[in-house]
Order: sequence, then structure tokens, then C-alpha cells
Amino acid sequence: MQSRFLPWPRVGAVALMAAVLAGTGLNSALAQDLKSFEQRITTKVLPNGLTLIVCERPEAPVFSYSTFIDAGDVNDPSGESGLAHMFEHLAFKGTSEIGTTDYAAEKVALAKVETANDAYEAEYLKPVGRDPQKLAALKKAVQDDEAEAHKYVVPNQFTEIAQRNGAEGLNAETGLDNTMYYWSMPENRLELWAYLESGRLADTVPREFYKERDVVMEERRMRTDSNPEGRLFEQFLATAYVAHNYGRSSIGWPSEVSQITATEAMNFHKKYYVGSNVVVSVVGDVKASEAMPLLEKYFSRVPAGPKPEEMTTVEPKQFAEKSITIHDPSQPIYMEGYHRPDYRDPDDAVYDAISDILSNGRVSRMYRSLVRDQQIAAEAAGVSPYPGDKYPSLFVFFAVPLPGHMPAEMAASIHKEIDKLRTTDVTDEELAMYKTRQRADLLRGLADNQGLANALAEYQTRYGDWRELFKQLDRVDKVTKADIRRVANQVFVTGNRTTASIETAPPAAPEKKDGDAR
Amino acid sequence: MMSPLKRIPLRARFVRTSSLLAVVSTLLIPAALPAQQQKPWEKIPIPALHEFKPQQPKRIDLKNGIVIFLQEDHELPFVSGSILIPGGSRDEDASKAGLIGLYGQAWRTSGTAKMNGDQLDDLLESKAAHIETEGSEDSTSLAWDSLKADADQVFSLAFDLLLHPSFSAEKLQLAQQQEATGIVRRNDDEGEIAERESAKLVYGANSPYTRQPELSTIGAVSVADLKAWHDSTIGGKLIIGISGDFDPVAMEAKMRTAFGALPPVKPTPARHDVFPPPKPGVSFINKEDVNQSNVEIVGLGTDRHNPDVPTLAVMNEILGGGFASRLFQKVRTELGLAYAVGGGFGAAYDHPATFRVEVLTKSASTVDATKATLAEIESLNNRPVTEEELKRAKDSILNSFLFRYDTRDKVLAERVRLEFYGYPADYLETYKANLEKVTAKDVDAVAKKYIHADKLALLVVGNGPEIKPPLEDLSLGAPRPVDITIPQPSKGSGAPGAAEKEQ
Repeated sequence: MQSRFLPWPRVGAVALMAAVLAGTGLNSALAQDLKSFEQRITTKVLPNGLTLIVCERPEAPVFSYSTFIDAGDVNDPSGESGLAHMFEHLAFKGTSEIGTTDYAAEKVALAKVETANDAYEAEYLKPVGRDPQKLAALKKAVQDDEAEAHKYVVPNQFTEIAQRNGAEGLNAETGLDNTMYYWSMPENRLELWAYLESGRLADTVPREFYKERDVVMEERRMRTDSNPEGRLFEQFLATAYVAHNYGRSSIGWPSEVSQITATEAMNFHKKYYVGSNVVVSVVGDVKASEAMPLLEKYFSRVPAGPKPEEMTTVEPKQFAEKSITIHDPSQPIYMEGYHRPDYRDPDDAVYDAISDILSNGRVSRMYRSLVRDQQIAAEAAGVSPYPGDKYPSLFVFFAVPLPGHMPAEMAASIHKEIDKLRTTDVTDEELAMYKTRQRADLLRGLADNQGLANALAEYQTRYGDWRELFKQLDRVDKVTKADIRRVANQVFVTGNRTTASIETAPPAAPEKKDGDAR
Repeated sequence: MMSPLKRIPLRARFVRTSSLLAVVSTLLIPAALPAQQQKPWEKIPIPALHEFKPQQPKRIDLKNGIVIFLQEDHELPFVSGSILIPGGSRDEDASKAGLIGLYGQAWRTSGTAKMNGDQLDDLLESKAAHIETEGSEDSTSLAWDSLKADADQVFSLAFDLLLHPSFSAEKLQLAQQQEATGIVRRNDDEGEIAERESAKLVYGANSPYTRQPELSTIGAVSVADLKAWHDSTIGGKLIIGISGDFDPVAMEAKMRTAFGALPPVKPTPARHDVFPPPKPGVSFINKEDVNQSNVEIVGLGTDRHNPDVPTLAVMNEILGGGFASRLFQKVRTELGLAYAVGGGFGAAYDHPATFRVEVLTKSASTVDATKATLAEIESLNNRPVTEEELKRAKDSILNSFLFRYDTRDKVLAERVRLEFYGYPADYLETYKANLEKVTAKDVDAVAKKYIHADKLALLVVGNGPEIKPPLEDLSLGAPRPVDITIPQPSKGSGAPGAAEKEQ
């Protein structure tokens, strides 16, 4: 069932890909598929460390690709939240060949912009003695240098080339854990695509950076500041985490993202956009024997480099229950989260089973309890992992109250469902249903080039082998009723809980004259 | 399992806002330019596209007027189907606005005389199968899907739901509660407000295309209303689409038997809507918990019978269709005033769509961004389309045309759609051929014919006190406040649990 109200992190094509046993038809179909995929998939690790995956699916003369970078906003350095996402925007600005009329001159001009911006920033950040006049002059200097650099720019040429060659669904996504670039194209543009994609990975030019930073600030206003749920989620995570970067605004705190520099973005690129940190997958009407040499030629341009060091921070055990309430003009919402381990945990599939049994469809426990029987919520679910999967994350419950019902009622009912999980085994039917549905969903996902490209790249990155997309079914298969009770008792405890809610308050009169309309 | 990643799409909105068609590809062989002018990417060979003839579904015309399309696809062991039924929310009684939404939910959740909705849920989910019903503006639908092995059983259940639904008061009430939740929350998100209220500026607040369900109108809907609706529409011209891993001979026989037994279809009554143009000027909705304005610039669009539609599609691409469009280049890339900016002249199948351009910008730049956006719209009238712009737009549309039918399900859906709206089966081919013929002059001419910036209506949703300079600086007259207060049902009406207070 789709969330009608919350832009909840949806189970994407990738996440569909988890599953377990059931009807024999399903099992044999999947077994066939793994075998057929073994034959249709070719992987290659280039000398620079970059992994290529080609999957032949010649249903129509098109292909989809996914470039998967094992770095996201969780990797943003302290004081630079939003950096990975900022860089992602930069990756659409072209290369030394694309988007410029004279790169040699532009490069000099861009260096001047950085110098001017550094001077401006130094003045801006002065704790005492900031000179407004000087600041204005420095700002003007930055703008003048930007205008000079802009003379060499052919705006949006990179995306223009892609789009006029038929790119469909061109986009990118920066998550906390990773960054993905993707689109689909007619198959006869494979080489053109390889040129474009390898170019932007290997040869990014930080042009028009400060204008793009303004664009990203608008994106923040749209997604977070001006959206009640966006505000709630940001505050919820900031409350749930004390040490790990999952608690930090992923699009960036306004004061930080508004001061990211092109130099910082390029340093991020240098560290994380190295071959060993990148997987590129292509699915569609391509022949590995022809495509692989072509891809190798282009993607060898990506610099080699050591796999970036892993993060040392591990979120410490939570001490006590935490709770926040946002008094907001919008209607109430309730959510609560419990810390859980990362995706490598042996119980990973157990969390999936719990989520499925609680939340998947009209048979789910939370729908039947809060929506159908008690009639206190329009929607209720428990999902995991949130906000990421690479590091220890949260199992999150939420409920959207019906008119006249309050967050406290949601909490009480959610806790009853949790108690049931802790004290009583789920039924055989529930467990079997989970396994059947997961298996079928995995199969359904195989008929989509883009979804498959994303999944292959993600599994290759996270497990070092795309086959895990199918093999994970073994883990799903092994989930028992006892596992569910055990995990529920471990994780769903008061001291591990963070709650967040919106409670409706009339709009605050903003100090104003306008005689507000309340 | 890998998880729901929290992702930030670069541009979740407006990837291609022109709702006009896009599709089948031609070869774009780089023109033979002098070598020194050729850019590196222009030297990359573009071979001929692999030959591709999209598989058309088999069409079956039953004597009773029902049309069936069968689309075989043996890649995966699934079978899915859908029944499209004429008649939707635009045809419902205004005093019961929301009826179709309730019907779409309660039809399925109530189930049949033999098996109630909850039992149906249990059975289907245990097989990872689905049967769902839905109501929309001009139609309702019943759709199912399952593994091949369960296909017969799931079809029987779906067919029984079509012929013998048992609308229950309990499930209607559940649907009413869901709807009520949506109603009391409809002013929480400014994007939702902007979209809804700008459509009302175009069509009028009481138009069948924009009137909104209220607590009182959904409260007025009874089980008898749902039954009456079902009985009145189910005899219409049904269009059936089946796709997946089935035996075509057996499936055809099965469908003929099932649907051939139904009485002759009743014709769909024609609609006689009138669409006066919107009143120009600026409307304003104050929302003080935001720091960004949603600006909507709207007017009346057209329908696809209009022979200018291919040219309008090219115009849309130039105005707001992608990274290279005038709006994107100016307002986002050059000025940095917006993340989301785009739009175009819409074309619906059987009534005028809207012209709609949207820009989201911080409160303080509302006037600047609006002016810049209006200027780009006006540029269609005063800055002739260049050959380069034309070529770029046509390349983008034509080279991605293929994605209109790169899966068998898309081909099937298109055929069903064309049949539903009475368009010829070769509509896409004709459309594409016409797109190829569009010239820069044609685009300038349609811009002159359809784009009149002074006749457009503007809506700003934003934080009034923060909008400085004020909207008066647009010089489009005093902003007209729009009241979006959610009406409370009169006491004693049946609306379920209304919120007590709204601003």
C-alpha cells in the first residue's frame, strides 16, 4: 500500500529485491532466473578499480545505466553538510570538453573566483570586526569574477547532448550512503553515453558552482523548510542520533550548505570518485562482447585511488527515551524510531520480515489494527532501515491520525502492536506470506532495465557480488518466528526509542503588523 | 535487504512537464561539419538502431461492443489484466463530490457476496497477487495481477468483483474517514495548495474538473449511491487489457466467454462542458510556515484533437521541457532563483488541459523570479525560435520517442488509452510524423496564437510578510486573496470526525 500522506522513503526497485520461499512455481522461476542471469551478466574490474556490469536484456533497442558511487552525505566533512549532494549537482555542469568555449581561459577564471570567494568568506566569518563595506566589495569581486568565468560557459551543454540524443529519465540521487546517476537511451548511443558518463566522473569542472548552490538552497526550502514532513524528519533524525552523521541534515544545514565552496566539492570528488569506489551497470539491448571493450576504453579515464577509509564513528547505545514535539499549523503526525544494526547484520532479513508483517498492505497488522479496527489512523506502518542501510539505522513506526485523533493514541496503539510481537509468535501464515511476497516482488523487478541496473550496481557495491540480489533469498528463507520475537525484544525497548510528532497549533503570529487572519 | 534509501533527486519535478506525448526514435547522424568544428562527442559514431517492431496486442471486438486487447509477454511468469470503465468524478453529482474516490476504495475493500474484502485480502496476499479498484476523473477501473499459476483463480475473483460487488456500509465509512483525513490535511503542503487552487483559477472552483470533496459532500454519500454508480457505469463500453505469460488461444476463449455474455454496451453520454478563459491578475494565498513561494502561471490549454498539438509539443520543449529550455536556462541556471521551474501548454485527450508554468523561489525573490518567468513565457512572442532551438527540441522529443513503447505493457496501455478516447490506433505514428514536420515558423505561429501572457492568471502561495518586494511590484494589479478555509460540515451531517478548528 502506498503512503498517501508521507513521502516516506519508498521501497525502490532495489529494496523490492528481497524475498523468500513459497510456491514451487516461484522457486523454480527464481532458480531459472539466477541461472539465466549468470549467463547474461558480465562483470569486469578495470585496472583503476572501477567495476563494470553488463546485463543483456534485448527486449527493445534501449539500455539503462546506473553509476553507483559508494559515498553520500554521510561522508560530508564536519561543517560541510550537503557536500555530496552539491557535488552531484556539479556533475551535470560538463567537463573540460563539454560546456566551455575555451577551457584553458575558463580554468584561470574559475581559479580567480575561488580566490575571491575565499577572501569574501574570510571576512564574512570574522568573529569580530567584520566590515560591512569591505564585505560588500568582496562580494562584488566574487560576482565580477563569476561573470568573467561565465563568458566561457555553454550552459547545460552536458545534459543537452544527453537529452537531444534521447536520454530518458535523466537524473541523479544523493542519499546518505551513496550517490547514483542514471538515465535510459536508445542502444545506438551506447558509446556516446560512455563518453559523457566517464567524462563527468573523471573530468568534472566546477563551473557555475555558486549559482548552483543557490539552486540547492531552493531545493532545501522546497523539501525541508517549507514542508511539514520535511521539517519533522530532519528534527527526528537530529534527535535520534548523537554521534553518527545519519543525524545530520542530508541536504545540509542552511549555514553550511550555503558556504560550501567549489574547492571543497572538488576535494570530495578527488577522494570519493576513484575507480575503487564506483560501480557502473548497464542493462538492455547490449552485447557484452562488444560493449565491454568500449566501456573499458572510456571508464579507464576515471582516476585510480585507494578505497576511501571507512568511517570510525559508530552511534553509541542510546541511554534513554527521547522525544520531541513540533507545534505546527499542519495536522498531526506521529513517528517513533528504534536503533537497529546495519545491513550486514545476520538479522537483517528479520527486520524485513517484521516490517512486512506490520506494514505491507491491507492484511498488515498495523493497517488492520489502527486503520480498520480501531479507526484512529488513516495510515500506519513500521519500516526499516531508515535513513540509510550502510550504517546502523532505525526501525521507524509512523501513523497519520484520523481527524480528531491525537499522536498519543497512535503511540499507545503502536506499542500494543510491538508488545504483541515481543510476547506472541507471528502466525505461520504471516511468515509464509512475507516470504512469498518478497520472492514475487524480486521476480517482478527483473522486467525493468533501470530498476535492474540500479539493483545490480547497489548489490555489487554493498556485497561485492551482484548475485546477492538472488542469494539473499536464502537469508529470508531462514527467518523463523523465534527470530522475530527475539529481535523485537532486543530492539523495541523504551530506552532505545525516539519519538517525534507534529501537534497542531495555530500559525504563530510572526511579530507582524499585517493584522494576521486568525 | 537493501533499503529505502533517502534520496534527493536532482529534479524530481518537471523532468518533462509538457504532458504532451514524447516518443519513437530516429537516427541522429551528426551532420557532416568541417573537421575543425566538430566537437569530440560529434565524432562518436551513432550506428543504425537495431530493428524494432513493437509487438501490438491482439484486438478482439465482441458483438456486445466490449473491446479486448491481449498482449503476450513470456519473459516472467505473471499475468495481469485491467478493465477500464467510462465515467468518473467529473460525472458525479456536485453535492456528492468525492463519490468516485469513495467508490474506488469501497468497491474493492467491500469484496463480493461470496468473499468479503478482508477475506479477499488474505487470499490474494498469500499468493502475492493483487486485485485493486480505482476511481479517476473520467473513468473507473478494476485491475489484477498474479503469478501465472494463480491466473485463472485471480481472474475469476476479479470478474466476480466486477459483476457481484457487495458495497458495505462499514467499508464506505472507512473510505470516508480516509477521505476526510485528506480533506483536513489539504492545506498542510503549499505545493498541494498551489496545484489545486491554480487549477480552480483556470476551470473555476465549481467545475467538474476542479470541484473538491468536502466533509459535507463525502458525508452525503451512501451505500445506495455506490451501488447506483456501479449499476449505471458497468454497462458502458468496457475495454479489457490482458498482458503476460498466457496461452493466447486459451486466453481469448476465456475472455470471449466471460465478457461475451454481458449485454450490449450503452454509449457513453457526451459531455457539454464550457471552458471560459481564466480571469487575469494575481491571486495570493498566505502561508506563514514556509520560506519559499510557489508561483503558478496558468491559462487554458487544449486537447489532442487540435492539429497544432505537435507544434505545441515542440514549443513546450523550447519553453520548459528540459535543461536546455528557456525557463530552465534563465531562471535556474543563470539566475539561480529556483530549483523547480518548468511547465508548458498541456493537451488532454477529450477536454482542454491547462497551460501551466510553475516556479518555486525563496520568499524574497518572489517578484524577481515571477518577472523572469513571465519574461520567458513572453519571449515566445517576441524572440523568434532559432533553428538551433528547434533542432534541439525536436531531437529531444524524437530521439526519446522510443520510450513510449519500449515495453509491451506500455504498448498495451497506449492502445487501451487510444481506444478509450476514440483515437485511431496509429495515432502515435501520425503524431510523430507531424512532429518531424514542425518548423521554427510553425512554432512562432502557434506561440502567437496560444500564448498571451497578459491573459494568464497568476497564483502565489507563500509567506506574505516575507515577500519583499511585495506582489504589487509585479504591476499586475492588487493581489486578490483566496480563501482556502476548509468548510466544516453542518451539525448532524454524516461527515466522519471532522477536525475542530482550521485557520
